[in-house]
Amino acid sequence: MKIAIASGKGGTGKTTLAVNLALRAAETMPVALLDLDVEEPNGGIFIQAEIVEQRTMHRLVPEWDEASCTLCGKCADVCRFNAILKLGKKIIVMPELCHSCHACSELCPAGALPMRETVLGKLRHYRLGKLDFVESKLEIGVEMASPLIGQTIGYAESRCPGKSYVFRDCPPGTSCAVMDATKDADFVILVTEPTPFGLHDLGLAVETMRHLGKPMAVVINRMGIGNDDVLRYCESERLPVWGKFPNRREIAELYSRGELIYPQVEAFRRELDSILQQLESLPRQP
Amino acid sequence: MKIAFTTNGTDWDARIDPRFGRTDYLLFYDEDSKTMSSVDNREIINVEHGAGPKTAQKIFDNGAQVLITGNGPGGNAARILDQMELKIYVGAGGMTVREAYNAYLNNQLKQGVNNA
Repeated sequence: MKIAIASGKGGTGKTTLAVNLALRAAETMPVALLDLDVEEPNGGIFIQAEIVEQRTMHRLVPEWDEASCTLCGKCADVCRFNAILKLGKKIIVMPELCHSCHACSELCPAGALPMRETVLGKLRHYRLGKLDFVESKLEIGVEMASPLIGQTIGYAESRCPGKSYVFRDCPPGTSCAVMDATKDADFVILVTEPTPFGLHDLGLAVETMRHLGKPMAVVINRMGIGNDDVLRYCESERLPVWGKFPNRREIAELYSRGELIYPQVEAFRRELDSILQQLESLPRQP
Repeated sequence: MKIAFTTNGTDWDARIDPRFGRTDYLLFYDEDSKTMSSVDNREIINVEHGAGPKTAQKIFDNGAQVLITGNGPGGNAARILDQMELKIYVGAGGMTVREAYNAYLNNQLKQGVNNA
């Protein structure tokens, strides 16, 4: 079962929840955790595990072959991302804008835009008991998160089969990267905090997940700050609230030292176990 | 010399649009023939990706040697503009085209792609 842990607002505690939930679950069942926040993965800080595999990940972008080009300009016309321009007798490819759709390369009558591999980033696969942890990190200067997220999901599907749960620590926001991390998830847990900012971005995330037709629940972190508006919102939108983590200094201190929370904070562990119970009660697809 | 302006209109009294890629119009003044022409760029609102390079293409297609704009082009547009023989002046956002042209003639505009 694929469980995406997402949020609108950044810094609400997605990684804290994902890491603690995955390790707690892995005490009794086979689990995978994917850190799909490829711009800044940090789940690995909390998991001391043995590395199983490391891979450099690539994607394909077109490269201009000047010698065979007839300068017809079809490539520039067809590119909806404006990643190819024809300036006089030059074709300019901008890999930063290219979405690797192959249209220019396929439609070029002269075959002058062969697709070539370019580095996206690195994937690392760790194992700790029943937990497989896979994280990917974009190369510095690369801004195309979506293909790396898709490839990381694909890697885990083939290399970490037979898991009771695959938890996905998603990027924040509601961008393409979030869609890619959540679109084939069976269930989405949205983490928020009880503040006006948390509420605003939770609303955006809920709207996004409804577009994708995802069943979802909300987890409220740092309960005790802010106000009750998030709770009222969840009630009026009929969103189940699966957990309320208290705002405690000791939790922040453990987090800042890169330590797990649940082994040391009972109130946190109770909420975590209740979330796991809720997950267990979800209908399972064959 | 043919000069390109990013503008919100099509005459000397139009204002310089501080944005490069998503400017409403491109206005071209040909100093030799003393004629003005313009390109309506408002369809750019429907372009989700690569507005800067697309607008840069229009500068190229109209053969300008000088660009006068506001905030300065972003990274992608700058890479395209860099391929042209083009002098870029920034900091004219909000001026009328006439004011911007005079400022350019009096060397009061900053040259480069960065208005920081």
